[in-house]
Amino acid sequence: MPDLHLDNIIKNYGDNQAVKGISLEVPAGEFLVLVGASGCGKSTLLRSIAGLEDISQGTITLGGRAINGLAPRERNIAMVFQSYALYPYLSVYENIAFGLRARKFAEADIDRQVHWAAELLDITRLLQNKPRELSGGERQRVAIGRAIVRDADLYLFDEPLSNLDAKLRDGMREEIKRLHERLGKTFIYVTHDQIEAMTLAERIVLLRDGRIEQAGAPLELFEQPNNQYVAGFLGSPPMNFIEVSLASGYMTLPDGQQLSTQAAVADGSYYWGVRPEHWSHDDNGSDTLQASLEVVQPTGSRSYGTFYLAGTHVIAELEAHALQWSGKRIALTVDMASTALFDTQSGERVG
Amino acid sequence: MNKRDSGLRLWLRFTIALFVTVLFAFPVYWLVAISFKSPEEVYAYPPVWFPQQFNFSSYLTLFRDGDVWAVWNSLVTAGISTVLAMLVGTLAAYSIVRFRTGGDHLSIWIISQRMIPPICVAFPIFLLYVSWNLVDTYVGLIMLYTAFNIPYVTWMMRGYIQDIPIELEQSAMIDGLTRWQVLRKVVMPMARGGLFATAVFTFIFAWNDFIFALILSKSEVVTYTVKVTGYFGSQSTFWSKISAMSVLGVLPMFVVVATMQKFIVRGVSMGAVKG
Repeated sequence: MPDLHLDNIIKNYGDNQAVKGISLEVPAGEFLVLVGASGCGKSTLLRSIAGLEDISQGTITLGGRAINGLAPRERNIAMVFQSYALYPYLSVYENIAFGLRARKFAEADIDRQVHWAAELLDITRLLQNKPRELSGGERQRVAIGRAIVRDADLYLFDEPLSNLDAKLRDGMREEIKRLHERLGKTFIYVTHDQIEAMTLAERIVLLRDGRIEQAGAPLELFEQPNNQYVAGFLGSPPMNFIEVSLASGYMTLPDGQQLSTQAAVADGSYYWGVRPEHWSHDDNGSDTLQASLEVVQPTGSRSYGTFYLAGTHVIAELEAHALQWSGKRIALTVDMASTALFDTQSGERVG
Repeated sequence: MNKRDSGLRLWLRFTIALFVTVLFAFPVYWLVAISFKSPEEVYAYPPVWFPQQFNFSSYLTLFRDGDVWAVWNSLVTAGISTVLAMLVGTLAAYSIVRFRTGGDHLSIWIISQRMIPPICVAFPIFLLYVSWNLVDTYVGLIMLYTAFNIPYVTWMMRGYIQDIPIELEQSAMIDGLTRWQVLRKVVMPMARGGLFATAVFTFIFAWNDFIFALILSKSEVVTYTVKVTGYFGSQSTFWSKISAMSVLGVLPMFVVVATMQKFIVRGVSMGAVKG
């Protein structure tokens, strides 16, 4: 099974540069997720790999073969589209068989392959139906079936779950992950949803404005973000940022409250990043701040509290029964070792 | 049927529907009726509403004299020009939609050709055809009808092709089809309703043409529209021949519309993309 190499990919649309020099190695069998806000170039990059867009510069190599000059059909790639892209005039069976027929497979092989894929995705009973008779989730399965039925070198997914409702999405996410484990093929998956990225990926590539912000294992990006953008993008609710000033081992918040800090950074002002789960309510803790709890959102197992602290709102994950403190000014303890400091100018993480 | 459709309202609806139907169907009936009437019945006053017996003599005359060849000529010119115009126009439309050929304005420019009153170009075309020896030939009329219909086909097919989700084509290309195979296996089936509807109208345009057929034919390639007018004599007018010829001219239209009706109804593309 071949590796994929992207070497300095650039894509221009007129004066607008959508992809600004991306280099990436994707070893065979990896589940890679390209994630980023809309307009970050993730879909353009995926479509360039598929051959649906011509790249302006750079080289795409698949298994040692440069493929960026080839037509999509010559690349031996399979792709699942967000809109499913099923042929409405063909049955589910023929939709799945479409790629095999295009490549002139024998009828017996087609039949075996289609049934194998249908069984894997639990859509055997739908094979004779037309796409319009199917629910959104079933259509998505057919679209995935059409991709996996062929023995491709690379499987591309362009936001395949964004048209599904939340509950269905959770189920399909798990199935796609299981599918990858069963097939052992290289998956490249584009999404704007950081939860999808975190749960599915073996490696996340976080894109912003046509460039890679950071690439790495999901927890690596989550726990050691390179910069404020990555820190803010991953995690839900997102990381809280408070502007603080550091001087001689003390960190001062805008409202004058102080904490001692071990951070080995020069004196000056920084953005202090604290994830919701790194706050807790403990009247006797050290590293404690006073803040008023404005809104409590119980989710059952935990509650999210919105505090007013030092001129800004911060969200903290609290125990389930936090509602009792609503409207009160209470003590918030911070797990200082898990917080991060970012440069106010560049946004780079400094401590 | 809901409650309000009962009693008087229902009657009113049926009466109006009947009136409209008669209004539209009567001329066709009258045409058919005359073609079967005997000469006395044609001129009888008060008019004879139903011919006493079916008199096929007008039709027999048309077949015996070889006048029916005019219908054949119409079929050939309209049929072949429809096929050609559909071929060229559909490819042009595909190119405009998917490759943005000619930018934003080409399609408007193409349809503007359709806005010129045909009579304005009749004379130059006649002179051109004389010098090319195309007067009174199949090729001449077919070329003309094809040229006149390409803008219409391009314009109509442009709309139908725009409605096809591009992902269907992209998915097919990734699955292993060439661009031409995509056209045949994805675009054609997706635009099938539009293709048939456009073809029917294109055929009707060519079929109903009178002015160019009149100017550009002499004796060999005379279409049925021109032939019919030939029966209006200065001495006498052959009503039964005219109506028999007209019936023969209307029949192919009936067949075309009746067989294509189910394709003209669109809706084949539903379910392709979640809307």
